Amino acid sequence: MTTSPLENLHEETAQLLARIESLDSIDALVEAEPFIIGKRSVLSTMQKSLGGLEPDARRDAGAQLQEARRNVEDALSRRRAHLAELARRTQLEKDRLDLGDVVVSSVRWPATTGHASLVASTQRELEDVFVAMGFTVSDGPEVESDWYNFEALNIPPAHPARGMWDTFYVELGEPETVVLRTHTSPTQIHLMESAVATSSLPIHSVMPGRCFRRDTPDARHLATFHQIEGLVVDRGITFADLAGVIETFTQAYFGTDISSRLRPAYFPFTEPSAEFEVTCTICRGEGCRTCSHTGWIELGGCGVLDPAVLSAVGIDGDEWSGFAFGFGIDRCAQMRHQIADMRALIENDVRFLEQFS
Amino acid sequence: MKIPLSWLRDFVELNESVEELRETLDDLGLVVEGIEYVGEGLEDVVVARVDEIRAIEGADRVRLVVVDAGEGPLEIVCGATNFELGNYVPLAPVGAVLPGGFAIGERKMRGVTSHGMLCSSRELGLDDDHQGLMILDDLITPKVGEGLLEALSLTPDVVFDISVEGNRPDAWSVQGVARDLATRFARSLKEPALAVPTSASESATVAAVAIDAPDLCGRFTVSVLQKVHVGPSPAWIAQRLQAAGMRPISNVVDASNYVMLELGQPTHPYDAQHVSQRTLRARRARTGENLETLDGVIRPLAMAGRGLGDTGEDCVIVDGDDRVLGLAGIMGGASSEISASTTEVLLEAAYFDPMSIARSSKRHGLRSEASNRFERGVDPELALRAAARFVELLKESVPELEWLSNPLDVRGVVPTPPTVELRDGDIAKTLGVELSDNDVTSILDGLGFSVRREQSSLVVTPPSARLDVRSGAAGRADVIEEIARLYGYGRLPRRTPTWPEPGGLTARQKLRRRVRDIIVDLGVIEAWTPTLVSDEDFELLHAELERVRITNPLASDESVLRATMLTGLVTAWSRNVERGVGDVVLGEIGTVFTHPLSSAQARVTKGGAGGRVTLELPHEKERVTVIFGRPEDDARVAVAFWTVLAERLGLQDVVVRSVSDEPAGMHPTRTGAIVDRVSGAVIGYVGEVDSALVENVSPSLRGRRVGVLDLDFDVLSDPALAVRKSELADVPSRFPSAVFDLALVTPRTVHALDLAYELGSLSELIESVKLFDVYEGENLPEGTRSLAYSIRLSSMERTLSESEVNAERERLIARAAALGAQLR
Repeated sequence: MTTSPLENLHEETAQLLARIESLDSIDALVEAEPFIIGKRSVLSTMQKSLGGLEPDARRDAGAQLQEARRNVEDALSRRRAHLAELARRTQLEKDRLDLGDVVVSSVRWPATTGHASLVASTQRELEDVFVAMGFTVSDGPEVESDWYNFEALNIPPAHPARGMWDTFYVELGEPETVVLRTHTSPTQIHLMESAVATSSLPIHSVMPGRCFRRDTPDARHLATFHQIEGLVVDRGITFADLAGVIETFTQAYFGTDISSRLRPAYFPFTEPSAEFEVTCTICRGEGCRTCSHTGWIELGGCGVLDPAVLSAVGIDGDEWSGFAFGFGIDRCAQMRHQIADMRALIENDVRFLEQFS
Repeated sequence: MKIPLSWLRDFVELNESVEELRETLDDLGLVVEGIEYVGEGLEDVVVARVDEIRAIEGADRVRLVVVDAGEGPLEIVCGATNFELGNYVPLAPVGAVLPGGFAIGERKMRGVTSHGMLCSSRELGLDDDHQGLMILDDLITPKVGEGLLEALSLTPDVVFDISVEGNRPDAWSVQGVARDLATRFARSLKEPALAVPTSASESATVAAVAIDAPDLCGRFTVSVLQKVHVGPSPAWIAQRLQAAGMRPISNVVDASNYVMLELGQPTHPYDAQHVSQRTLRARRARTGENLETLDGVIRPLAMAGRGLGDTGEDCVIVDGDDRVLGLAGIMGGASSEISASTTEVLLEAAYFDPMSIARSSKRHGLRSEASNRFERGVDPELALRAAARFVELLKESVPELEWLSNPLDVRGVVPTPPTVELRDGDIAKTLGVELSDNDVTSILDGLGFSVRREQSSLVVTPPSARLDVRSGAAGRADVIEEIARLYGYGRLPRRTPTWPEPGGLTARQKLRRRVRDIIVDLGVIEAWTPTLVSDEDFELLHAELERVRITNPLASDESVLRATMLTGLVTAWSRNVERGVGDVVLGEIGTVFTHPLSSAQARVTKGGAGGRVTLELPHEKERVTVIFGRPEDDARVAVAFWTVLAERLGLQDVVVRSVSDEPAGMHPTRTGAIVDRVSGAVIGYVGEVDSALVENVSPSLRGRRVGVLDLDFDVLSDPALAVRKSELADVPSRFPSAVFDLALVTPRTVHALDLAYELGSLSELIESVKLFDVYEGENLPEGTRSLAYSIRLSSMERTLSESEVNAERERLIARAAALGAQLR
């Protein structure tokens, strides 16, 4: 019987493990690694010597060697993690800074110009126009239940009208019951519900905010975008008031040479509904490529509140009536600054952001 | 929906220009998304025969083709290869101007002159085929030199591409659009030619029909057609279908499609030989049943769907052996499809419940021209009229066709048109203007509504096609919208309302603006980082948290709602560093989300069908996060920035305290909590980004210090938690102040600002205590540092004497000593 090439495997392995435990820095570990598991290690030498064995014996020996190698590798990676953590701890301790001791007057502050986000400043400008017209501003959540985003807005489950919004569903509760809001309209429902609960009608409010649609981004659309929506619920409100508010807003925001027009459209939450268009801001109504030579650019949707929506929130439609409108904040920014590709808005390239004061 | 103008003219006289028609359609809410001119520019194109094909020396992409177009041999250089000698192809001779304004002239290529161009059907604007030349041999009996328009029996036409709104099922047809135009122009609406049953045989003697699910199938008619010959459609039918964007298939299928486009009623022809016992029944599908639809997909039926309240109901059509033939109103099965050998047809024209079609179509991911119409609501009274039109059309190619008398017609539940009462004043209440009875009546008449006056109301009943009109108050709104639409929105008055309630921003909104203004003034560039992040990015900082996941993300790296803006900002900053423009301070004001299982403040709201369920939604927090990425920036810079911001916001008493439980992503030994000393609330954190995060986001930025400020805007905007200074003004003393410094060797356990606060509140005479230097050195005891404060004393009544100042100084030293700080 010849001597097994693995005779000393146990002792050798134990020595390797001990050596690993004695390594006291990442540098030492990196340096030692080839001698522990690399080509120059005792394990590799043993591996090479297996060639002379009978097939069965070779398989057994190979398996033993494999196991030993695995143990060594595990120990090595544990040690590496441990040493890395130690090194990090040491570095952190070296770095330690008591922020209570910062002497503010001695901090160097190079002059740097800041820039508000184009969306934020556009939103503010729009809010200001509406505030001057007597509107309040209301915020709302970005995750909504199906009820607020759809059903209370007269869009029942599975209704074909839902195809108008490509919806992101949130994995909460029953399937497809929680969504990322596809529009700011659910904030209308929250507002009306709370006005009913606190008997604080009328409502004259605009609701800006972030919305989401499952729509592959392109030059004109982003899956995440911002809308501003308006809601008026008061006594004696009619379609004429809606058309007047849209026109006043259009002139206040775009300038007095820009006007608005309404044409019939369909939204489940308003009836009558309209799409509103404004004079093309590029050609000032002359007709150009941007407006497909019509002189008009579609901006948003609006309409008289549908009786079904009023009844969903418990408002008496005989006493109160109202209207709603909504449009894209990003779209307004795109129109004003003629941004060729909307995706620039989310790329956060400082060279883009710096252009807007 | 594409509608040829010639087809509209079958129903209403239209002499307006194309541009006028576009404006009118837009104004009716039938928005024209595009206009195509079919056959325009083909006046000079002729039929030519290929007589010779020769290679051109030195050219491997083009060949010389000699054609005859009636005036002797003509040499043309041509790049297409899909034709042979003897084929007939369209030739645009020199001088022709093709669709799109492309003028043909003599051209010299490779030393050879080309006397015109041989055309593909796309170049002729006839369809999208651009594989090679249009080969005419199979389409017509070609005659050399004949004009292409005559050869194809083509009449130039204009096609409007109209977007029909979801509440106008009635307008999703040529006749529906024509009805709107006729009403607007006050012209009459013509009716199409309809066949009548000719055969003496009774339908019921040959076939049978039944409805087992009356709630899903409201009406089911079956016409029996015999002596059918399947073949091509007459050219004018094929052309109209093509112009409308449908491919001609055979006379039977084409007639069905034609009727659907023209009247809005989808029909389904079955090969009677393959319908067992010539019996058709509509019933609910049973779990375990399958159907192979015409598109070749085998679909399991009656499986509960994911949608809210979807129980998985499918309505199917079965034959006499109870074998499933098709998914009702959506798509037929392969087994009973019309084929060349079909001689007897069972024609189904039915009404199906819109919502059940919508659910089935969504669940099976199967949309068809038929399902699009049924799910919006097809006129329940249209079925037999559509069958009559179908027969009339099929007779053109099959004159001997026989339609058996008394077509089968059974009914389930069909919606009853509501009666809508328009009280005097209702129109003005909605539109802001009263319209005359005359205007209202002529509009509603034109649209097929019946109107009668009853004392102070108009009683209006919509036609059966107007399934969109509801009852009660909602129905009134529906009818008023129709009146306004036809009257013209542009003719309605405008009035800008006013109200006594003031507009304005809430305190929170004002604060948000103020914070944004201040940080931008201080040099922050505001970014917009993604709300939806990847699992990997989420795990970087929050592996232990439940994540709010999107069921159907657009991309896997946009599948989780962010729990922080820090990762996004560091990523945005590192990209700018890569672009060489990373010498910046970036910030964002935005929402971050916590899963209800990981949050003590889940948002409770109404959900489920009808809003009857209570749901726990993610806690949405608004935060203000700023990272300082300029080369020298670090935690100190962040603290200085915060100090300025806090002063500008008028916070009364906030202090930065080092913490050992820093939030994920913040540097473990260079982070402080911003604490309101009055309320005890943590307003946020300030310090540096954890070096591990910087390295993870961008290995090349390893070792780079990045300052950070992360504020909880919900706390900051709550005046009970972030307490503001009193608005009352302090007038400084008119007497001179005494100023001296105190250097105190202080244990590290004593906070510099806390000590300043303690000293400052010692007496009325102390105006301020300001830290101006921190000294750390070897000659100080272990665990201490020297804090140098500038102390300012003053009195409102007098100039302080030296002894008073000294006494105060001694008291301050004693107080400091009591707190462990020794005079240096």
